[in-house]
Amino acid sequence: MLDQWLPENVSTFGQGVDNLFHAIYWLTLVVFILVIGTLIVFLIKYRHQEGKKADYIEGSTTLEIVWTAATTVIVFVLAMFSYPQWNNIKSPTQFPENPDVVVQVSGKQFNWDMTYPGPDNEFGTDDDLVLENELHVPVNAVVHIRLTSVDVIHSFFVPQLRLKQDALPNRFINVWFEATKAGRYEIPCAELCGFGHSGMLGYLNVHTQADYDAWVQERWP
Amino acid sequence: MHDNEHASHDHEESFIRKYIFSLDHKTIGKQFLIYGLIMFFVGGGLALLFRWQLAYPDQPLPIIGASQQYIDEGEVVTGADRMWERIYESDKEEWLEVSMPSGVITPEFYNMLFTMHATIMVFFVVVPILVGAFGNFLIPLMIGTRDMAFPILNMLSFWLAVLAAIVMVMGFFVPGGHASAGWTGYAPLSSDAQWTGVEWGLNLWAISLLLQGFSSLVGSINYITTIINMRAPGMTFFRMPLVIWSLFIVAILLLLAFPVLSSALALLIFDRLAGTTFFSATAEGGGDPLLWQHLFWFFGHPEVYILILPGMGIASELIPVFSRKPIFGYRSMVYAMIAIAFLGWIVWGHHMFQSGMRSGMGNFFMTTTMLIAVPSAIKTFNWLGTMFRGSIRFTTPMLHGIAFVSMFVIGGLSGIYMANTPVDVYIHDTYFIVAHIHYVVFGGSLFAIFGGIIFWFPKMYGRYMNDALSKIHFWLTFIAFNCTFFPMHILGVGAHMRRIANPTQYEYLQGFEGMNIFITMSAFTLGFAQLILVFNFFWSMYKGKAAEQNPWQVNTLEWEAPTPVPHGNFGQIPTVYRGPYEYSVPGEESDWIPQAEPEHAPATSGD
Ligand code: HEM
Ligand SMILES: [Cu+2]
Repeated sequence: MLDQWLPENVSTFGQGVDNLFHAIYWLTLVVFILVIGTLIVFLIKYRHQEGKKADYIEGSTTLEIVWTAATTVIVFVLAMFSYPQWNNIKSPTQFPENPDVVVQVSGKQFNWDMTYPGPDNEFGTDDDLVLENELHVPVNAVVHIRLTSVDVIHSFFVPQLRLKQDALPNRFINVWFEATKAGRYEIPCAELCGFGHSGMLGYLNVHTQADYDAWVQERWP
Repeated sequence: MHDNEHASHDHEESFIRKYIFSLDHKTIGKQFLIYGLIMFFVGGGLALLFRWQLAYPDQPLPIIGASQQYIDEGEVVTGADRMWERIYESDKEEWLEVSMPSGVITPEFYNMLFTMHATIMVFFVVVPILVGAFGNFLIPLMIGTRDMAFPILNMLSFWLAVLAAIVMVMGFFVPGGHASAGWTGYAPLSSDAQWTGVEWGLNLWAISLLLQGFSSLVGSINYITTIINMRAPGMTFFRMPLVIWSLFIVAILLLLAFPVLSSALALLIFDRLAGTTFFSATAEGGGDPLLWQHLFWFFGHPEVYILILPGMGIASELIPVFSRKPIFGYRSMVYAMIAIAFLGWIVWGHHMFQSGMRSGMGNFFMTTTMLIAVPSAIKTFNWLGTMFRGSIRFTTPMLHGIAFVSMFVIGGLSGIYMANTPVDVYIHDTYFIVAHIHYVVFGGSLFAIFGGIIFWFPKMYGRYMNDALSKIHFWLTFIAFNCTFFPMHILGVGAHMRRIANPTQYEYLQGFEGMNIFITMSAFTLGFAQLILVFNFFWSMYKGKAAEQNPWQVNTLEWEAPTPVPHGNFGQIPTVYRGPYEYSVPGEESDWIPQAEPEHAPATSGD
């Protein structure tokens, strides 16, 4: 069911997200069916019938302990599986080092500015290249993004990468990803940023290495 | 019957003292109820406007929108066209012309609509009804006292809320339009008018919420004092009905949480009007946009529990009464509410997982947030346990109680997805959140409110609500609610962002057009179903069947008071002999024993 609606995943860490998504989906589905099923059975079985009185039951300490303990255990197990995935996506100390590409992405009402540092690999020099709304990266390569904003908060969202990160003015937030499939993907802004929020849209172009090299050649001959 | 021994404390009062500036907790409670219902229609109407836009982006609204011929060729065909013609010809910038030229909602106006929808529903509907109406009406009656500790503060609390509502609605009509930064008002979008073009609208939003904050503060002090000091003899804390426990805990949350919002709003007003930069980072230094989020959610998360705890309390009254059984695990119900209220203070970061907060904090907040599932599960299991081996009567209030439990289960389970940080990376700021919110606040709180209104109506107005209408309203609402909000989970899984005015602008959302139309049609059904409730409410006030003193055979003290309840509530303050849920006690002939019935009294068969 879930896969029918989830867009295809094209990032290395996306599979981990999807696995958790599925695990929680099954967990909550089972809990839902058990709880609602029990409810329905009770409603039918214990409906008011002439001459039948309810049983006087004030509670059960054993049961309270059982379900408190059971939910606590489930919750902690789920959390244990989630920490590493989260750290993998968001903890800068755990990013793969030596990125193949570094880009600065800057939100501004209502566009994404993509700044490439150029051959010298330094921002703020003459060979920088600024593109509006078009991000180009090679496939199967580690990309680091310096995410920022020049005005309000925006949010860099690429559904197919399972990646979202708010962009804040006057702050540089590091984001990474590695795309596993070439293609053109949309980069909507996911945080309300003003009247042009709807339609604030960039594109992530994931090229094969050869295409990417050609693109670089063209820009910085 | 005990009616005749009650001396009436009613003395002749002027109309104004009795119905407008009343000091009587019951009147103030009813005032809050009607206030909440009126605002419910304002908030709901706004939602229908933006649902139209989502289903039919950039098409003129039905009825008031201009015809296609008029828009394309300027040819006047319909009555609406004539209206637009007049508007365009007038020299004044008319309000309609700015917000929805020819009936097409502008993106600016769209943002105002969802901002005000959420603001009004949270601060002007659910809290006033749950806390203002039920709190005021029920607390003195259920703990067995004559009125609130501070009646004048109580009146002040209501009239401050009225003032706040007036200021809030006025915001629509100032130049620049209303606040459009979301109900969460994230800075710097909210803190500097240059980013939205909204000038006084957002200031009024902040001022109105400040007023509403004072109203809640005053009310909460009153509730806390009343519950601590004025319980009837024998009414120990652990004999209090669970709805009173929930209101007590909520009053404490309000007392502690609202000042945080108030200070954040004050700083926001300074930023906007005095040129400070608490919430904006400038190259020269200054503040930090994340400060706003921390303050807002440090208030905001307790606030969402303020929205649900009284609903849980109401459900905990309805389910035992109509299962004719004691509540399962009374004490664990109380402790679970306390646990939720306590945990509510250390989970606010779950709204900020993607905000740029340190990633390590994500792990902490994920853990605390998922822990809230534990007390939530305890409560759910206890409600089921209450029905187990009961004798369930499917009255309309009970239907709402059952709906509350089942919808809350869905809302709680969807919370797990978002509490899970890796999954939240993906579903944050999508319709998944919108589905979650509505399952807990509409499916939860509002169903409890509806159930509570029908349940206590006989005590409030001395009449029953029309049951056929109530049942039609229930089923229509239940079905339309699920048709409206369940598909939003699917939109969220498809990464459909919230707060976008036009989903067709995105390639990957093209497939969702049909679903958006379906949701909108369900939403209109849902909206119109509420007209039945309101008609029933006001009609029954005058024309409903007269109710006896304790029609549902309930144990708690409010049903000891005569109907209609006189000023001062009780002839003689009742003494409490037992807990509130003594139903179907073995060896007793009757299946209920009122809290105020003396020990070893011969069993009565009720009224
Ligand atoms: C088991 C219980 C619950 C859990 C685990 C939970 C978890 C969450 C999480 C993690 C979010 C943030 C999602 C995001 O923005 O990415 C959220 C949002 C929200 N929750 Fe819950 N929640 C629970 C119960 C409730 C209840 C009882 C209410 C209210 C009655 C509520 C109301 C809200 C609201 C209003 C938002 C959205 C705020 C916004 O961004 O506009 N939740 N919830
Ligand atoms: Cu929260």
